Amino acid sequence: MLHPEPHPAEVLVLTRRFRLPNSASIETYLATQGYEAFRKALTMAPEDIIEEVKKSNLRGRGGAGFPTGLKWSFVPRQSPKPKYIVANADEGEPGTCKDRLLMQYDPHALLEGMLIAARAVGASAGYIYIRGEYRYLIEILDRAIEEARQHGFLGRNILGSGMDFEIYTHSGAGSYECGEETALLESLEGKRGVPRLRPPFPATSGAFGCPTVLNNVETFCAVPPIILHGGLAFANLGTPKNGGTRLFAISGHVNRPGVYELPMGFNLLRMIHEVAGGVRGGRKLKAVIPGGSSCPVLRAEECDLPMDFDSVARAGSMLGSGGVIVMDETTCMVRAAARILRFYAHESCGFCTPCREGTRWLSQILSRFHRGEGRREDIDLIAEIARNMLGRTFCPLGDAAAMPALSYVQKFREEFEAHLEGKPCPYEEVAVHA
Amino acid sequence: MKFSDETEARLQRLMASCPPGNKRSALVPMLLFIQDEVGAITPEVIQEVCSRLEVSPLEVEEVVSYYSMLRRKPAGRYHLQICTNISCMLVGGAELFEHACRKLGIGHQGVTEDGLFSLEEVECIGACCWGPALQVNYDYYHNVTPEAFDRLIEQLRRNHSGRSEP
Ligand SMILES: Cc1cc2nc3c(=O)[nH]c(=O)nc-3n(C[C@H](O)[C@H](O)[C@H](O)COP(=O)(O)O)c2cc1C
Ligand code: SF4
Ligand code: FES
Repeated sequence: MLHPEPHPAEVLVLTRRFRLPNSASIETYLATQGYEAFRKALTMAPEDIIEEVKKSNLRGRGGAGFPTGLKWSFVPRQSPKPKYIVANADEGEPGTCKDRLLMQYDPHALLEGMLIAARAVGASAGYIYIRGEYRYLIEILDRAIEEARQHGFLGRNILGSGMDFEIYTHSGAGSYECGEETALLESLEGKRGVPRLRPPFPATSGAFGCPTVLNNVETFCAVPPIILHGGLAFANLGTPKNGGTRLFAISGHVNRPGVYELPMGFNLLRMIHEVAGGVRGGRKLKAVIPGGSSCPVLRAEECDLPMDFDSVARAGSMLGSGGVIVMDETTCMVRAAARILRFYAHESCGFCTPCREGTRWLSQILSRFHRGEGRREDIDLIAEIARNMLGRTFCPLGDAAAMPALSYVQKFREEFEAHLEGKPCPYEEVAVHA
Repeated sequence: MKFSDETEARLQRLMASCPPGNKRSALVPMLLFIQDEVGAITPEVIQEVCSRLEVSPLEVEEVVSYYSMLRRKPAGRYHLQICTNISCMLVGGAELFEHACRKLGIGHQGVTEDGLFSLEEVECIGACCWGPALQVNYDYYHNVTPEAFDRLIEQLRRNHSGRSEP
């Protein structure tokens, strides 16, 4: 899955161990400053750890980009209940495959990040909630946990500090919605993945009703370098308010698809043309989804932009989970939209009406379009349904479906019109069932 | 029910990971781990899980119907899960799925008559940069062309007949 060499534009912070022999073993980890950040954290006051993470401008890599240090500071210092650390390893957003690499090549970094978080908020146990399909990674993580325990980094009275902490893996069983933080907690407690009303947020009432820090895998993996080299050093790698590097998974119509670690704010066109080797077959770029399938699509001419949370938001889309999906001029945008909405219709948990019905209608109308059975009024109907969903659903999955749907009809209206009146899809002889 | 030592050890570890008073927390992974050994969530499995975790059959049924990896009927010996979501679609995932249907003579969620193969069109499996991607049971296969798919099927057939010889 890795290219033999990193691309020269890459800045290796989280991925620096990936190409070492036995990179997942604790020996390799310890030989490369592994668990030194945690040792340092043990000498720091918990508030100072959080302060350092705040200074780093680290923002959540799971999709929403919430400042990590701030999130940790919401956990009540004094609590009669135990506190928990939960790593979100559900990685279900189409176009996203970077947490998988982090866990495969550097599982101890995740454990160390969780340990530091535990030290910062005073947590007693941690869970890695991992999608069921990633079974081989559960084996790798369980082995790493066992190694860490044998070396005294987990268990009771860790390194003589008086701190007790355990980490467990916890498997999902097939559900995109279980990546949403409150649905994840429901699943962790043995229930259907139906989200909870927020507030209260997990920081005050999370796993088992207890204060909980819940972060994405990559977010935790960024913590050891922040503690080791200081928050400022990490912040300076990126752009203002967007600290550090990020793992971008570049997929679709490029010559060298792959996961690349690049500084926050790296230009999207450079990412495609330089890092990922350009558009396949020398074709023209048509569109890019910048951060996983729930982000509004960008037209090629909108893609000259720095990839940080704020710049992509200003361009009307989202940096999301960092899954950059590249589409060349041969791509049928109606088909792309139909496939994406079919996914959201399938994954809607069905709890609230606008999402359950809206995703299904959108999926049906878009598929009909792609089969050449679209009607002119359907173009506006898609936009209307999507607008009626926005902001009216119980959890963000509804928006995650409505926002892209709206973007495809708004930005590629001409392609929808080209499918009208029984015209076959201009991009294919046979319309593939989308 | 009696399970292999390996599965039983897994279940014990899992139950030990639940906070006191929260046995139910083990439910989702427990069902999956047992299904991996038994092949499906049968009425016996539900009963077993109910007694281990002190939950009602209804609570288990609710969970089984929610999670897409949990199934009531066994899959084939080799369960082929082909991703057709957006990144894979762009590089031929849907065509690969159709090729697989033709090759095996079954459709989505079908099982071949000899029980050797089953097929499922799945959503993103976290292999977007290496599509078209599929999983055979839990093993990943990346950049799968129709030709590579045919070779894979032949290889799995050979593995199987090799194994069942006395
Ligand atoms: C439908 C849906 C699916 C999500 N899937 C994931 C996921 O697979 N992995 C993830 O880390 N975050 C996912 N999230 C975001 C989480 O809810 C949460 O914001 C995140 O895990 C918090 O961690 P962070 O602050 O480190 O990003 C999802 C959100 C939604 C609404
Ligand atoms: S928005 Fe969709 S996924 Fe979220 S609660 Fe409503 S139905 Fe469920
Ligand atoms: S879209 Fe196929 S693995 Fe992600």
